[in-house]
Amino acid sequence: MSGGLLDVAGVGRHFGGVHALSDVSLRVTEGEVHALIGPNGAGKTTLIHQISGAQTPDAGTIRFAGEDVTRLSMHTRVTRGIARSWQVTNVFARFSALDNVALAVQGRRRDWGGSFRFWVPADAERAIVDEAAAWLAEVGLAGREAAIAGSLAHGEQRQLELALALATKPRLLLLDEPMAGMGPEESERVVGLIEHLGRKVTLLLVEHDMDAVFRLADRVSVLVGGRLIFTGLPDEVRAHPEVKKAYLGEELV
Amino acid sequence: MAASEKSALYRQSARRRALAVVALLVLAALPPLLQALGQDFYVSFAARILIFALAATSLNFIVGFGGMVAFGHAAFFGAGAYAVAILAERGVVSAFVAWPAAAALAGLLSLAVGAVSLRTRGVYFIMITLAFAQMIYYLFVSLQAWGGDDGLPLMARSSFGPLDLGDDAAFYWVALACLAGALFLLDRVAHARFGRVLQAIRENESRMEALGYPVAAYKLACFVIGGTLAGLAGALIANHGLLASPNLLHWTQSGTLLVMVIVGGVGALYGGFAGALTLLLLEEILAGFTVHWHMALGLLLLVVVFRAPRGVAAWLHGLFSRRGAK
Repeated sequence: MSGGLLDVAGVGRHFGGVHALSDVSLRVTEGEVHALIGPNGAGKTTLIHQISGAQTPDAGTIRFAGEDVTRLSMHTRVTRGIARSWQVTNVFARFSALDNVALAVQGRRRDWGGSFRFWVPADAERAIVDEAAAWLAEVGLAGREAAIAGSLAHGEQRQLELALALATKPRLLLLDEPMAGMGPEESERVVGLIEHLGRKVTLLLVEHDMDAVFRLADRVSVLVGGRLIFTGLPDEVRAHPEVKKAYLGEELV
Repeated sequence: MAASEKSALYRQSARRRALAVVALLVLAALPPLLQALGQDFYVSFAARILIFALAATSLNFIVGFGGMVAFGHAAFFGAGAYAVAILAERGVVSAFVAWPAAAALAGLLSLAVGAVSLRTRGVYFIMITLAFAQMIYYLFVSLQAWGGDDGLPLMARSSFGPLDLGDDAAFYWVALACLAGALFLLDRVAHARFGRVLQAIRENESRMEALGYPVAAYKLACFVIGGTLAGLAGALIANHGLLASPNLLHWTQSGTLLVMVIVGGVGALYGGFAGALTLLLLEEILAGFTVHWHMALGLLLLVVVFRAPRGVAAWLHGLFSRRGAK
């Protein structure tokens, strides 16, 4: 059996006596949109932390594109092709939208010693500035280049966050509740954007909005109490009795 | 609404450049002016201000630009001074050898101190940089071969090609060139890719990690740039007073430099300069009236913190731009 793009095998993580994740195994294949669902406190964000490198698991291994990345730092994993967004917007609030994305573009550059370039003004590096503007356009923020990130509307900040992650040119994009805190109109726009991205990059998507999940996902995994109880097609997940009981039922109440 | 705000990234303006050139010309004209007024003593005093301005600027790059509150900058300042004195004792008196050597030694020292200290942050970073600096201080105090408590004197100022640094005006000009060169260098660095990365790390460190930046390496590089420039300032101060004194290494020296940075303006390019100028002028003026001039210094600090928290440099800048707007 050939390996997936991402292979999580037997990953465990505890905080003191609390087992946030127990023996979680998950495979994300190249090109798919894989949704991760589960009730609050199921360990979804904790799992994203282990994959992105924000935390290191206590047990198990994480392989990306065939390489064991379990012990690699977050910034090394980014250069391998794993990018992420946060549940709570995480951008450079005092920088302009363009400067935000320019940083992400610059981080990928390996010419002139990468960012150990001490002399040439960064503003004058057209290639970086132009590419940053192109990423802003890609997420629907054309015309907002000069706006200060912190002053953007909530939805726009989420779009900016996506541009930041995309500009690292990831092979796998981890999206942690990208629609969190959005109104229906903003959500609809971001769902459309994720649908568009899903055709270009492999996505692992944590999301609460079931309509969005069933619309976007090729496959769905269900995490309950730190254990992965099921992975399958959206229709299978919808029909699975344990899932209904553990998660979907909760929504119906 | 948002368009009128400016990105927090630090930008250049042609106006600021022009002001810098004018200021440089005025400063260069100072020695003949003071000599014409019969105030020769103040040429040497002005050189001392420039040297402390360089030391404070180098610390401001670490504290204000790199966002690392370091409390051991005296170690690099003092190491530069001792390097020049020790080399002079061995017969190496050329500034072109001794000063780069002093800067390199301070740079290496800051690399070692930084590599260990940057594993910590916040208060722990302050304490560990202080601890390293004090270790170096006690090392030099206990080494009788290098003067112990008395420090290591220099027979004469370093030789500098055809220029006689024994002449206070010539020495002043060389110190001015060092400060201006350092400011120009740091300004370039601030605007290049590297400077952009440092500003972003100060703003949101974890986000930078998640963009693929090895944050620790950039902070260390920033620390070493600051340490190296402090070594050059140390080489100058040893020449100025013809002594490498352990006082230069003492933690109070680190504190003085930090106060200069805070008074002048944390993170402002000219903050170190403004702080050194303010503090040393105040000391000079007040010391003539009372031995308790530190009291006035304390009051000044209070005024700065409450009335101009971004420092003298930002306060002056505000005055200028208000005038420019009219």
